[in-house]
Amino acid sequence: MADLQKLYDAVLNGDQKTAVAVTQEALAEGCDPMELITKHMVPAMDEVGRRFECEEYFVPELLLSARAMKGALELLRPLLAASGAEPAGRVVIGTVKGDLHDIGKNLVASMLEGGGFEVIDLGADVPPERFIEAVRENNARIVALSALLTVTMPSMRKTIEALEKAGMRQQVKVMVGGAPVTAQFAAEIGADGYGENATAAVALARRFAQAG
Amino acid sequence: MSRLAEWIHGGIVITDGAWGTRLQELGLEPGALPDAWNLASPDRVEQVAREYVEAGSEVILTNTFRSNRIALAAAGMQDRVAEINAAGVAISRRAAAGRARVAASIGPTGKMLTAEEVAPPELRAAFLEQAQALAAAGADAILIETMSDLEEARIALRAALSTGLPVIVSFAFDTGRNRDRTMTGVTPEQAAAEMAAEGADAVGANCGAGIERFVPICARMRAACSLPLWIKANAGMPEWREGRAVYSTPPADFAAFLAPLREAGAAFVGGCCGTTPDFIRALAAEKERL
Repeated sequence: MADLQKLYDAVLNGDQKTAVAVTQEALAEGCDPMELITKHMVPAMDEVGRRFECEEYFVPELLLSARAMKGALELLRPLLAASGAEPAGRVVIGTVKGDLHDIGKNLVASMLEGGGFEVIDLGADVPPERFIEAVRENNARIVALSALLTVTMPSMRKTIEALEKAGMRQQVKVMVGGAPVTAQFAAEIGADGYGENATAAVALARRFAQAG
Repeated sequence: MSRLAEWIHGGIVITDGAWGTRLQELGLEPGALPDAWNLASPDRVEQVAREYVEAGSEVILTNTFRSNRIALAAAGMQDRVAEINAAGVAISRRAAAGRARVAASIGPTGKMLTAEEVAPPELRAAFLEQAQALAAAGADAILIETMSDLEEARIALRAALSTGLPVIVSFAFDTGRNRDRTMTGVTPEQAAAEMAAEGADAVGANCGAGIERFVPICARMRAACSLPLWIKANAGMPEWREGRAVYSTPPADFAAFLAPLREAGAAFVGGCCGTTPDFIRALAAEKERL
């Protein structure tokens, strides 16, 4: 029997190799993929989030756990798709035009994937047109914008304005984040939400997905 | 014994403030690489450096924060490491003209070791290449700043020490409820003790928070090591007014922290994001008053 406590521990400890191995073993024994996710992996990620909030975990631990989760999810996704299960939601993410910083954006992307979202990562220095294209091509419902510099934060506003001009603003929820970004700024530029950190971003995306 | 002791003479040394925002006022495109201007627009970089010297900076930095091969690659300039760093030191030395010392800036690569985005040998080579270029150009010391990861800082410190110059290592404590951890979870105590053990000549904190947060951080570093402490705080957190980022702390309020910081053990005090020559003038005046 696959030891599923090990799957929980592997995600919690950011051990991708073990997470993948236990998942393979469990699948070979006929475990339900959905149950692996909801009963073992999601609770592990919830605990990762709790430890982050308590300042026991920091960015490197979050990244490693998200990777372990992602490794296991990659095995499960094809099975879920075959059974007709949908991802939690589809998110287009990128660091806005003029800004080359991607550590925060990568972290949020990994955490969203770990949270069961399908993530279309456009990279850094992404112009508004690219966001619009990606939303259209992927029929995404959530757009996540990142910026590290105060001088590139106006690109967030421009991206939201471009979505409006393209007639897509009603179709998507826009979330923003990054070190200098505040809830006040998010409200001022007409974003739908602000995530103070990566775990908050996942919670926000879940709320958007449920509401949509 | 720190080789920077003779810079301090038992008192407090005023360093400089932010460069990037000033360069933008002088025409640098938002999001463009400031370091590229060492070659493209050296006069305007020198103007910023000179403004700080005239405001009372006793130590100025160089416009080389992102001039390591890995960070420069983002702008396609990875093959111009030597040139950009040499120009950066030359510009600051011209502006200082013997009135201030030049601590050459090395920033993080922007790639995370723990996430395996970069391997230690690659980091080592990048920092060594930059440190050697800065030393060859005549920097008085090397400042490794805005660090988050202890291992990256250690690799950069070893590379910088190999040039023979004094080395300062400064971390950005921007995480946690009290903003007293780096992004990767490093505490002020860990940063100070580890860098002291590796042979740093000074340790410190920059960026990440407003100046009031630096007093306890400084005291905690003081308790963990006996090196001179280097402090460069932000002018508060940015607020948004009419589409522009405005930092909340005025120069006089900022300078009022000079005495508490000295009390907490700081030897070098200056500003990071949002600070201007006015902040340095206020610090220099406060130093006179103390």
